[in-house]
Amino acid sequence: MRAACCGWRLTTAVAFIVAATACEREQRRLNSQQPKQPTEFVSQVSLQPGPTLISDTTEGPFDDNAHGTAEGQVLFEQMNCSGCHANGGGGMGPALMDDEWIYGSKPDQIFASIAEGRSNGMPTWKYRLNNQQIWQLVAYVRSLSGLTPKSARPSREDHMMTKPAPSQTPNAKPKNTGLPGGAIKP
Amino acid sequence: MHSFFNPTSPQARAVAGLWWWMFGVGAVIWIGVTILALWAANSGRGHRESDGLTHVDPGTRHRVERIVAGGVFLTVLILAGFLIYDFSVGRLLAEHPPRALTIQVTGHQWWWEVLYEDPDPSQRLTDANEIHVPVGQMVQFKLRSVDVIHSFWAPNLNGKRDLIPGYESTLWFRADTPGVYRGQCAEFCGLQHAKMSFYVVADPPVKFATWRATSSLPATPPTTDTLRYGQTVFMSSGCAVCHNIAGTGARGTVGPDLTHFKSRESLAAGTLANTRLNLTRWIQNPSAVKPGVRMPALPFKPAELNALVSYLETLK
Amino acid sequence: MTSTNNRALPADITLTEADLSRDAAALEETWRDTPGLWGWLSAIDHKSIAKRYIITAFAMFVAGGIEAAFMRMQLARPENALIGPDKYDQLFTVHGTTMMFLFAVPIMTAMGLYFVPLMVGARTVAFPRLNAFGYWTYVVGVLFLYVSFFVNTGPDTGWFAYVPLSGPNYSPGHRVDVWAQVVTFTEIAALCAAVNVIVTAFKMRAPGMSVNRIPLFVWAQLVVAFMIVFAMPAVATGSTLMLATDRAVNMHWFNPAEGGDALLWQHMFWFFGHPEVYIIFLPALGMVTPIIETFCRRPVFGYTAIVMANITTAFFAFGLWVHHMFATPIPELGQSLFTAASMVISIPTGVQIFCWIATMFIGRPRLTLPMLFILGFIFTFVNGGITGVMLASVAFDKEAHDTFFVVAHLHYVLIGGGVMPLFAAFYYWFPKITGRMLGETLGKWHFWLFLIGMQVTFFPMHILGLEGMPRRVYTYLEPTGWGTLNLVATIGAVTIATSVLIFIINAVRSWRGGAEATDNPWNSSGLEWLPSSPPPSYNFLHSPVVSSRHPLWDTTVDMPVLTGLRTDRREVLITTVFDAQPDSRHTSPWSTIWPLYVALCMGLVFIGSVFSPYFVLGGLGASAIGLIGWAWVSARDFHRDLVALPDGSVVERT
Repeated sequence: MRAACCGWRLTTAVAFIVAATACEREQRRLNSQQPKQPTEFVSQVSLQPGPTLISDTTEGPFDDNAHGTAEGQVLFEQMNCSGCHANGGGGMGPALMDDEWIYGSKPDQIFASIAEGRSNGMPTWKYRLNNQQIWQLVAYVRSLSGLTPKSARPSREDHMMTKPAPSQTPNAKPKNTGLPGGAIKP
Repeated sequence: MHSFFNPTSPQARAVAGLWWWMFGVGAVIWIGVTILALWAANSGRGHRESDGLTHVDPGTRHRVERIVAGGVFLTVLILAGFLIYDFSVGRLLAEHPPRALTIQVTGHQWWWEVLYEDPDPSQRLTDANEIHVPVGQMVQFKLRSVDVIHSFWAPNLNGKRDLIPGYESTLWFRADTPGVYRGQCAEFCGLQHAKMSFYVVADPPVKFATWRATSSLPATPPTTDTLRYGQTVFMSSGCAVCHNIAGTGARGTVGPDLTHFKSRESLAAGTLANTRLNLTRWIQNPSAVKPGVRMPALPFKPAELNALVSYLETLK
Repeated sequence: MTSTNNRALPADITLTEADLSRDAAALEETWRDTPGLWGWLSAIDHKSIAKRYIITAFAMFVAGGIEAAFMRMQLARPENALIGPDKYDQLFTVHGTTMMFLFAVPIMTAMGLYFVPLMVGARTVAFPRLNAFGYWTYVVGVLFLYVSFFVNTGPDTGWFAYVPLSGPNYSPGHRVDVWAQVVTFTEIAALCAAVNVIVTAFKMRAPGMSVNRIPLFVWAQLVVAFMIVFAMPAVATGSTLMLATDRAVNMHWFNPAEGGDALLWQHMFWFFGHPEVYIIFLPALGMVTPIIETFCRRPVFGYTAIVMANITTAFFAFGLWVHHMFATPIPELGQSLFTAASMVISIPTGVQIFCWIATMFIGRPRLTLPMLFILGFIFTFVNGGITGVMLASVAFDKEAHDTFFVVAHLHYVLIGGGVMPLFAAFYYWFPKITGRMLGETLGKWHFWLFLIGMQVTFFPMHILGLEGMPRRVYTYLEPTGWGTLNLVATIGAVTIATSVLIFIINAVRSWRGGAEATDNPWNSSGLEWLPSSPPPSYNFLHSPVVSSRHPLWDTTVDMPVLTGLRTDRREVLITTVFDAQPDSRHTSPWSTIWPLYVALCMGLVFIGSVFSPYFVLGGLGASAIGLIGWAWVSARDFHRDLVALPDGSVVERT
């Protein structure tokens, strides 16, 4: 019996320590505190010193949050992003599942692309969606090409299988385009 | 308003009748068995033998055997009676006339989309969270879901039916008394299952026809500057992306139809009374009323919000 | 002893005191668990494992009760802001999962694992190592659920996790995966227990305990074990296979767009789910009979009827599951069949209750604490049974389904029909398990507060449900008018909590220093009252020979026993299935750490499967090593050199 009592104390202690860390993946942020938009929007010029590095290390507010990414998936469908981006494969708009990012793959950059809009047809969403929703879309778009932690990416939808589920997409590898001035290869 | 004990349709009345019989017989059985058990526990007919155990003479034993067998037989009879009564009520619930008003209800997380069918497409009417039915006429409901399982339940009017993705279920009832009846989603459907209610408004047939005619019209155009400004706010911000107001450029199908929003008793799927104050509160921060809801809090300036609310208040 | 063939047997012998004490010392040395932490972890004595099961499962009862207390606090007032929807959803899911999977089934199987060998006169269960493995697997499940709950990853889609809400699209993250694996662990543990109960009850009974002399407690456990074997695979297929693969590797079992079906889940789950409640209920009924027999001082009225009632209930339990799905678009004709079956199943239970009342009537009942709980059981359960018959009717069920009426019904049958007999069993068998008597005064407080609290909590819920309040709502609006009855229910919940606290205090105090119990303090008739309280590690010095249903009542002379089993190895007697004639001797295995190891490896397999397939491969490989170790037979299993010391004790020669 004595060993059992020690076991119970140890387990309780471990449980309290673990509870204090409270897994971020499973958080549901239901209050109105929205993450702020980026303080400076990244310019639309793609020139930068040195070769371009496709980042998979910077995190947006919802990148490691399963519920937020799933809400981004809902928004993707409701805002008809598939109308141009076709479930991530591209059509009138560029593909979102690959590793070619015209305007950059960092969360800030994707936020700007969605909020500001881009030339050649990407609408401006900053008057239609609030910051929380745009960050959720950012997380979802990044998950499509494997840039977010795997455990937080959404799984298959209850629709026809039009694309592999983001949770099955391999993790994106850092890619160095190697071109001087950071120009993207055609 | 939402009590099973207040049936207002033949369907609900039939079920209530069945319930009262079962309740009566059940109460008698419950009290009877309890009294029997307490009596048995306080008596004891056997006599103690030298081995410390209790024995009974064969006569008593046979009597008890017959009583137990009688009790079992009585149970079988009562159950058979309930079974037959239940089947007859089931048959009544399954009866319906071939042509009746048909309303298609589609469940969303966490609101009800209502479509009044009509052979003439221009007479089809889309609404949300409040269902009007004519008194004295059988109404058929076709129930579907776009996401998870919901359940459509208006206790005064009939039992519930699940809305299951991939299936279309049907439900029938006929409201016999005019009134407003409340229903609520009865299958756990996520964070705001608790606040996914609806109202069934039963109107006399003439009033229903008037309501239907008015509701088929597009939205009243704004007449004053404030109202026009409010409509501009609606169209240029995120509202028009999700909501539909017939007769305007707002064609969203993501959220409830708002064409005749102000004619409804409640907002946010039966959560708040449809007053100006509640509407302001709701638009300012939907997550404070229904945490987890998908309607966002958009950054309106006070003047914008004021005009927007005024505009919405005109959508009768 | 007469033999069935013509071998000559030695004549009956009389055992001397010296024989008995020498055998007792040797058996104690052979059968006891090794001391120390390692010994505790590698113990396979069925009584040790069962005691741990009971304590862990009761801790789960308390945990589930705390969750319920929080829920009731939130629902006490309309629009209460104590607990938000996210946490509340996790609370009611973990409450249901804990109570159904981690408390109710394990504690019933645990009572069986403790008492079935004792009641049939065996030294241990048929597969002691499997028994230990089952317990450790159960513990892995408990820890997985509660650690996840404390890190905000507790499941939140209800204890029956309907798809598509619990599917990959609408439940992101790993919360539902936790639920699916907890089901796996508890199902494995239940199957291990079931297999043990079946084989022990069939093949290890005392000589002379033919099938018509098996105690009714053992009958109930046996029937339930078969139910577990048939029901658990359904939920395992549904959750471990289908739901887990839908979520982890994008299968389409429940995706209507790709040919799956959301209703399939409901069928798979409820095919298990309905027998599950009878798996909880029937062992409780098995506990009622011995208590009534003891305190009415006579054999139960209608032994055969009760046996047949148990078997009939078990069969019919598998034909009722659609009554959980009456609101779905299943064809009405099919639904009617399940109405009939759901009403019919109340008949065998009614038979049992009438037999017990008849026993009390023709016996001389003594209203001890166990008997008080039995009366509480009859009062509470009959109410639940009647509301169950009401819910069996499709028409009424369509109004009451998924409302608080069902919550009231299920608590009346589970608390009335499961927990009350369980508490009666605790008061009755506590002396046997611990060697001490439970306090009477605190016990009476416990009983009355529990009974009254239970009625005050759950009776108003019938009315709430019919007034329109659905289940699983984290709050309700003020104008609904549900506030008053909810407040009453919360007050009742506080009463129940107090009563359980009193019971825990009573149990702890009595275990530490209560009145000492004799071998047979109640003067009962079952074989479990033959050994000391608590029983020695080997249960019975020699196999008792049974010639009636009530062995301890019917022998006016010393109990005849069967001698000859070896004392230097763990030897058990195997008897035939129907007549319990001695058949063969079997060596029971030694204590070992391998079941714990394999349980941890299988834990790694299933928990890891949520995160990566590599854990599955690695875990299975590690388990394979463990299984080899588990099955390894050593010479020590078969012979130990025992030396008798001058003081009468026996030790192993090293």
